[in-house]
Amino acid sequence: MSDVGEVIARVHRAQWARVVATLARRFGDLDIAEEMAAEAFATAVERWPVDGVPPNPGGWLTTTAHRKAIDQVRREARRTAKHREALMLSDPTDLSDPADVFGTAAPPGGVIDDDRLRLVFTCCHPALAMPARVALTLRMVGGLTVPEIARAFLTQEAAMGRRITRAKEKIKAAKIPYGVPSRADVPARVTGVLAVLYLIFNEGYLTSNPERQAVRGDLTAEAIRLTRLVHALLPAAGEADGPAAGEAAGKAAGEAAGLLALMLLTEARRPARVSASGALVPLDQQDRRAWDRQLIAEGHALVRARLASGQPPGRYQLLAAINAVHTDARAARDTDWSQVVALYDQLARLDPSPIVRLNRAIAVAELDGPQVALAQVDDLPLQGYHAFHATRADLLRRLGRGEAARAAYDRAIGLAGNTAETAYLTRRRDQP
Amino acid sequence: MAQYLMSVLTDSTELATEPEMAAIGAFNEQLKADGHWVFAGGLAAPDTATVVDGRAGSAGPDAEPVFTDGPYLESKEWIAGFWIIEAPHLDVASRLAALGSKHCNRRIELRPFLGG
Repeated sequence: MSDVGEVIARVHRAQWARVVATLARRFGDLDIAEEMAAEAFATAVERWPVDGVPPNPGGWLTTTAHRKAIDQVRREARRTAKHREALMLSDPTDLSDPADVFGTAAPPGGVIDDDRLRLVFTCCHPALAMPARVALTLRMVGGLTVPEIARAFLTQEAAMGRRITRAKEKIKAAKIPYGVPSRADVPARVTGVLAVLYLIFNEGYLTSNPERQAVRGDLTAEAIRLTRLVHALLPAAGEADGPAAGEAAGKAAGEAAGLLALMLLTEARRPARVSASGALVPLDQQDRRAWDRQLIAEGHALVRARLASGQPPGRYQLLAAINAVHTDARAARDTDWSQVVALYDQLARLDPSPIVRLNRAIAVAELDGPQVALAQVDDLPLQGYHAFHATRADLLRRLGRGEAARAAYDRAIGLAGNTAETAYLTRRRDQP
Repeated sequence: MAQYLMSVLTDSTELATEPEMAAIGAFNEQLKADGHWVFAGGLAAPDTATVVDGRAGSAGPDAEPVFTDGPYLESKEWIAGFWIIEAPHLDVASRLAALGSKHCNRRIELRPFLGG
């Protein structure tokens, strides 16, 4: 790729969401915003190699996209006046007042005034189905192409295109607001946003497709970038509001910090996670020298800042803290398992799901031995989950029950999603 | 402003109870006071429905319309009543639908009118 090509790719990553978000605010229409942003980047690809890269690429792109959008609106306006009305939607700052139901209006100007955050909240609106939220967020905020999103989520390109189109149509027809929700709704709505971002990250971290490589760095990087964005934009929420709203917004910001830390600490281990032969390497066997120290330092700093805040931690903060304990240990045997179990106890109080109990039992095995852990694992209603059988297999092996362990590995292999996992489990099963 | 239809979904022929009626009445008054009210009504049971087909059928363009007894669809749930409300966007409408559902003690389907 030429130098200008690299610049354009970098500017695309950095500026796409900003250009789309600015246009969406000015024209009140996600379709126009997306199309014209794409056209502006296409123009840049033609012009920059000839004219040189402008001193302010983001400003150039926004201006170009804006001009193109106005041309488009004029063309449409000549066709029908009604269409123009639809495009010249009311000033979206009016929409930042979504709480005026029965007298609980938000202050003018909305809760958080950032175009990109509005875009994130619009794409992650609870009235959209979860797969549509993920697809729309990757397209509108992440700037991924429809084929890229379809590839990542194992969907036909046409089907993914229809999903995104339908979501945009619902946003328009149902008047899903292009804005940040009212103060009272922010914490609940941030939870939904973070769930979308975590889903994107997890798909990148352990792909569900057996045909594909186990780890998709592009998706994890995109999820981290978007979470950074949400995390950077959120804390402003608490400042303009009263103490109660500040507390709720602080909780939301805390979970955003927690998710960011969780992603960074997980991503840090990625270089050591798949062996040269393509098998998954479990935590205790990873070469810790390959871990990314910079990401670990950043993740630890976020976790420490949250601890120092004195606020009760949420789910992502606890998961991040567990990962901080793991990445703190110089060798697997140095892991502070009692700390890990204590954190899982806290997590189980927030989320008493069988999966949390399964993960807690893995830590219990290190602290109290495999016999105790096996008793806690055996009744969990997770028969269809490969990690349940893999955990049982490992505990049975440590207890010297080779035949039962082998059967459990077989069940885990049958349920495992991708080849790296299957390769690891098969190797474990066949070890003497 | 956009208009939305809030359909009240139910699977029981029981009419609203006295406390439910009172709650719905209070909710309606609040809708009117806040400028969200357009229209609302309860519907009689689905077995009171008549399906009318006035399209020109196989019998030719001048065929008589066909009347059929009963609802158009055999289903577990049906629409027991509805509100038509006015709201600036979906977040406000959703909040009203949540309140409406609470007051009438039934689920609500919220749908925008076309081009509203």
